[in-house]
Parts: sequence; structure tokens; C-alpha cells
Amino acid sequence: MYVAVKGGEQAIENAHTWLAEERRGDVTVPELSVAQIREQMALAVNRVMAEGSLFDPDLAALAIKQSRGDLIEAIFLIRAYRTTLPRFGVSAPIDTETMACDRRISATFKDVPGGQILGPTFDYTHRLIDFKLAADGEVDAVPERPADHTTMPRVADFLNREGLIEEAPQVDTEPRDLTREPLEMPADRALRLQALARADEGFTLSLAYSTQRGYARNHAFVGELRIGTVDVQMDIPELGFAIDIGEITVTECESVNQFTGSKTEPPQFTRGYGLVFGQTERKAISMALVDRAMRWEELGEDNVGAPVQDAEFVLYHADNIQATGFLEHIKLPHYVDFQSELELVRKLRRDVHRAQSQEAAE
Amino acid sequence: MQVETLGGGFSDPALQSAAAFRGVMEAMARPGTLQSVRGATPPAPLSAAAGAVLLTLCDTETPLHLTQGFDTPDLRSWIAFHTGAPIVGPSHCQFALGHWDDLMPLSNYQVGTSEYPDRSATLIVEMPDLKQSGATLKGPGIKSQASLSLPCITPFQNNAALFPLGVDFIFTCGETLAALPRTTEVF
Amino acid sequence: MNAQHEEPVTMDQDYNFAYLDEQTKRMIRRAILKGLAIPGYQVPFASREMPMPYGWGTGGVQVSAAVMTRDDKFKVIDQGADDTTNAVSIRSFFQRVAGVATTTRTADATIVQTRHRIPEQDLVEGQILVYQVPIPEPLRFLEPRESETRKMHSLEEYGLMHVKLYEDISRHGHIATAYSYPVKVEGRYVMDPSPIPKFDNPKLGDCAAIQLFGAGREQRIYALPPYTNAVSLDFEDHPFEASKADHPCGLCDAQNSYLDEVIIDDAGGRMFVCSDTDFCTMRQADGHKGKDAA
Repeated sequence: MYVAVKGGEQAIENAHTWLAEERRGDVTVPELSVAQIREQMALAVNRVMAEGSLFDPDLAALAIKQSRGDLIEAIFLIRAYRTTLPRFGVSAPIDTETMACDRRISATFKDVPGGQILGPTFDYTHRLIDFKLAADGEVDAVPERPADHTTMPRVADFLNREGLIEEAPQVDTEPRDLTREPLEMPADRALRLQALARADEGFTLSLAYSTQRGYARNHAFVGELRIGTVDVQMDIPELGFAIDIGEITVTECESVNQFTGSKTEPPQFTRGYGLVFGQTERKAISMALVDRAMRWEELGEDNVGAPVQDAEFVLYHADNIQATGFLEHIKLPHYVDFQSELELVRKLRRDVHRAQSQEAAE
Repeated sequence: MQVETLGGGFSDPALQSAAAFRGVMEAMARPGTLQSVRGATPPAPLSAAAGAVLLTLCDTETPLHLTQGFDTPDLRSWIAFHTGAPIVGPSHCQFALGHWDDLMPLSNYQVGTSEYPDRSATLIVEMPDLKQSGATLKGPGIKSQASLSLPCITPFQNNAALFPLGVDFIFTCGETLAALPRTTEVF
Repeated sequence: MNAQHEEPVTMDQDYNFAYLDEQTKRMIRRAILKGLAIPGYQVPFASREMPMPYGWGTGGVQVSAAVMTRDDKFKVIDQGADDTTNAVSIRSFFQRVAGVATTTRTADATIVQTRHRIPEQDLVEGQILVYQVPIPEPLRFLEPRESETRKMHSLEEYGLMHVKLYEDISRHGHIATAYSYPVKVEGRYVMDPSPIPKFDNPKLGDCAAIQLFGAGREQRIYALPPYTNAVSLDFEDHPFEASKADHPCGLCDAQNSYLDEVIIDDAGGRMFVCSDTDFCTMRQADGHKGKDAA
């Protein structure tokens, strides 16, 4: 006798309990605190904030804890929470020229006003596992110098003085909000940048890499990469002026790309732009390269059919929350549609066999 | 006036707008049916039903056009306080509110584009009365045929001829409303 | 499932009624009204990130949240069954965030959210059927670009679809589409009915209930008002056929319900049972007995 499988509710509840136990792991090992994750897994926290589109290190750290270190799952938690937050207003654009830089490098000039600041980077570490770290994570004191509050001019602006680089395109229209309006093609640059800022790091990296390897090659230099804190300001109508409402860490990358000129433009350098929450330089550089590649139409370049030039392809597939949801939904039961295919394939096969045996008989 | 501005909205917005929306949706899905929509007590001359429609569908994202008679300081401040809908001319509105004659002509309103026929206005028509008699209606949402006391016939026929473009209508009277989408054949 | 009905439970006060904020609900409600006014046309809407993954019913959940009132009786089915895990999960979500009463009885429900099936029992006026839709664009598998398919709909250019279906016939002798079988609505828009088996297609047209379709990830809502004409695409020499497994239900002996095929032993033994669990349960309660019933 057949009894249909029941008890989905109990199964779900049990799965959740088990999941919680697995998350905690061996209880003889001390539990991670949110502060520990925030301080010691800061780059993971940054990625979750960037792709979750919410600057809140504590919440991102909590999401990482809850998701057992699955960063896409953590990003998902942040996104779902973010949607429920009321909106009080819109901040003024941040001014990265006033950034208090932890890191600031240019690959295009040996030295630049404001100086090159290497900052806390993995760049020149030898990738040797540090076994000492397993036992002892104590660190040496870092030499300090007083903070320099002068503004940090942009490298691209030096080129601009000679007219060697395109003017940063100015747009006065209010940018559309990707999270409040359905995505619509063609998407303007503001909308593309918005989508890229929260796009999956791996997807953005691979697309950027593909441009370097020749799929819509636009030979890029890191004109400037800067990481640091900036003030966030908001206009308060009741006060009649803007006030600082906080401070965030961002990574900004401006790429300088070759451009041989078009019908309307003389040969000059062009720009790609990346701006991402937190210290997230791989993502910011990737974003700048992808941004530049998607500008082919505006710059009068040829569409060579490279994936990165296809804004619709890039934007519709860059979001890892959409992608992972749809990918993983094929785990859900599909036996109704599968059954209909099963019947169809059986029917088609019957027809083929019938035709074959008829042929054999003739 | 202050009191009138602050009052008259839903006392429990989440539940009351849900109930009101069901009325509006049933009306739009079943042209010719009358739905009762309660909960709003807007300043005159706005009916309770039209007030509930505004509270349920309008906000800062939906430009609203007020025809004469409805474009009063009282109503403007009530709408501003409860919905925040920007008041605009007919050619830019997503919703328009008024008596039939004042809303005319229909060519004033957005009818959508061939790629986005949904980007079209919805007219909220305040009616002296609303009955299931008069013009005959046929089309999606109607089993065989229905009747509704429409103010006229031809403009609705012209509007339906634009399909899939066109405007859609919500008729209000007291606490009663009915609706007429662009798909309905009127004769 | 023991209890057929569950009374309203206490709603989680941390969230707005039905989870979504009022502004989001208004945006979805406006999209639903335009969807009803233009049957079969996909209305873009700013789908929100929901606390469940894209592809798991976020579109259906947002539509249900936008239409739900405190007085509703809510039923959720996945593959026709009330007790599949995702149906259970969505039902408990609304119990928690809306305190809504739930039921497994199709006849008692005012809102039925579904994935992949239309209930066997005819729906009536006053009921709403909400479909979870993965890919709302019927032309998507022929043309991946949204910018192109939008143009094709606007120009009513559906030749590509007919060519595809006809190629099936010339290659296989049949149209090789078994689910998500496209329909033409009111002679205008070609519409994807979501991945329901084509057996269910005839129930789409002339239905007494309001049918709403929500695609969260793809940010589209569309609708069929009651008694709307929805015709499955076909050809004069190859008329549409609503097929199913050629068996009666092993449990309730229903002759014309959609069946799941269940493998019951290692030797490949199988039986066929109704996919609509409520329909099957009710028939068994009425004394109908299939050959595999206890």
C-alpha cells in the first residue's frame, strides 16, 4: 500500500534545528562573537555590506555568523532586512576628494601630489601560510604619523588639465533607483554603476578579466585607487542646510583607458569608474573595467560581441541573490512538470517505435 | 481646517487599505459590479469611496490631477497630508479625479506606449449615482454581459478601440465604486 | 495533515500586516490593476527582496501580500499538494506576518497561491488564484533579450513562436511542449501560464476566479480577469491536446485528474496518484477507492 509522504512541516522544523546545531559546531570550542567577526573578518564583512547594499558592519558580521560564513547567504540576509527599512531621505553625493585615505595608489605616475600610500594591503605579502598565526595572533605596533587633513586631488584631473583624458560626463538628471524601480533597458550609466556596485564580486572580476584578455579589450591602467573614510551628509529641510550624519569607508577606483578616437572625439584617454562600500579593491577595480567596457556605444567604439559589452546580459546576471535563488530553485519539487515531460517523451518514443516497426514490416 | 486635514484617513491603514483594494480589484476585474468601500471620510466634495481609492493607490510616486471643483485648498492639503501625491496637469498624471464633464476630453491623458501600455492614466470619476443599469458591457471579467450607469457611450468605445493602449476608469459614488478597464466593450 | 483549517494565529507584531510596507503594497496594487486592465500583458514592477530566495515564489508571495485581507482564508499548493515543503513554508510565513487563516480545502479558500498546478475543482467567483512564475516571458526561450521580446509583444509579432511549435511537429509529430504551454489572451498577448502541465491549460480561460501571476526575480506581474479568453496555441491540423498519464488515480480512482507517477519498489513498480491532494482526499472521504488504496 502506498502512503503519500506527509509531514513537511515537521521536516522543516527538524532541518532548522539541525542547521542551528551545525552552525554552532563543537560546543567545546568558544563561540564567535559578532565583534570578533567584524574586527577579524573585516574583508568578508565589507563584501557583505557592498553586495548587500547596506553599510552596517555589525549587522553584516551578524549575518556572516548566522550564515555559517556563506557570504552569499549573508548578503541575502542583509538584502532582505534592508528592504524593510523605512527611508528617511537621500544623502548628498559623497566627496571622495576629501577622503581620509588609508590607501592611495596610482599606477600611471611615479609620484603624485598627496603621495602614494600603500596602506594595509596583501599586495607585497609573500603568500606563505603563517603558521605562527595559528598559535599567536598578536601584532607589532604600527608606526603612526599625524593625520593629514588636506584634500587629496584626483590623478585623472592632472591628465584633464592637458585635455588628455575625457571630461567626466556630467548628467544632471536624478539617477533612477534600482531597488525601487524595475530594471529597464537600455540602462544609463548611473543605473549600470548602481547595479555593478552591488554585483557579485566573482562575476564582475571574471568579466573585467575577460576585457583584459581581449574580449572588448580596453587596455586599462589603475589611474587611481583610494580607500578611506568619507563623511556622509544629508540636507535637512527643517534646518535649511546639510549636516554630517556619519562616516563610511569606501574604495574608489578610476581606471585610465586608451582610446584611439572616434568620428567625434580626438585620441585621448577615457575613464572607467568603480565605487564600493568598505575595503573591497578587487571589486572596485573590476567594476571600473566593466563600466568602461559597457561605455562602448557612448564612445563610438565597435561592438565586437564581447559579453561585457552587452549591458543587458551583464546587468540581468550580475546579482548573486537573483542568480543563486533561481539556480537553487531547481531543488524544489518539479514532479508535475517532469511528469508532463515524461508522458511526452514516452509518447514520442512510441511513435518512433511504431514507425520503425512499420518500416521493418514493409 | 487643520482637523479636517489630519483626519479622515484610515484608522488602521494596513488592514483598511487591504480591504479597500480588494473592492477596487474586484471592480476592475468584474466590470459592472458594484463594490462597497469604507473607512475614509475625506473633506467635501470627495466621496468616501474616492477618498479610499486615493488612500489605497496614491503616494508620492503617483502624480494626481484634480479637476475644477476638486482642486480646493482643503482637498489639496488632505491629499498632501495623507498621500503626498504631487498635483499635476492631466497630461502627466497617473490618476485623475473629478466629475465626468470636467475630466474630458480623454485625449488629455496618457494612454501608455505600445511597449508599455500600462503607463497610462486611471480616471477616478465621481458620479451623481451609480447603478447596474444603462450601458451594456461585454468583455474580460464579464460572464455574458453586464450593465452600468455610465455617463455616455462613445468616449468609452473610442478608448476601447485603442487597446492595448487606453485609460482605465474607477467610478465612485458615496461608499460605492465600480470600474471599467479599457478592454470593456460598451454599447 | 490532520487539521483542514487553522484559525487565524497571532500575527508577528514586528512586521507590517502581510510583511510588505504600505508603499510597496501600493506599487504592487497599481501593477495588479493595470495587469487586469490589459490581460496577458506583463506589467513591470519593482519587486522587493523577500526573506525567501528568488525562484521560490517571491513574486507569488508579493502578489498574495498585496491582495490579502484579514478576512481571507489562504491555501498554498506546490505541485498540487498542500504539504510539500515550500508550500508549508509559504503558508507559515503568512500565518506569521499576516495572522491569516489557512485551509487546505480548495472550496473554502479565498486566495490560493500555487506553483505548477491549477486545482482540479472549479474555482468560483470571489476566489483569487495567485501563480508563482519563474520566467514570465513566453518568448524567452526563443529570444533571450528582454529589449527584443518587449518589441515583439508590442508589434504582436509571434511568428517565431508558431515556427518553433511547427518545427516540433515536423520533427516529432507533436508539439514538444508539455508545460508552460503558451496561450493567447483575448486574441492579443501571448502569455506564459507558468509551468503548469498543459493538462491545466483549458482551466485558464473562462475561469470564474481572478488569476494573478507574480514573477519576483523577473519583476513582472500579469493577470487574467474572470471569464477571459485564453487559447492554447495550436494549428488546425494539430489541435491542442490537454494530455495526462492514461491511468485512473490509484487512491481515489479519479479518471480525469492530473497524476503524479510514484515509484513504489526497487523493481520499478509504479502507481499513479492525484497531484491535487485536496481533491484526492475529498474523493476518498466520499468513498471513492482506487486499486492501490488500503
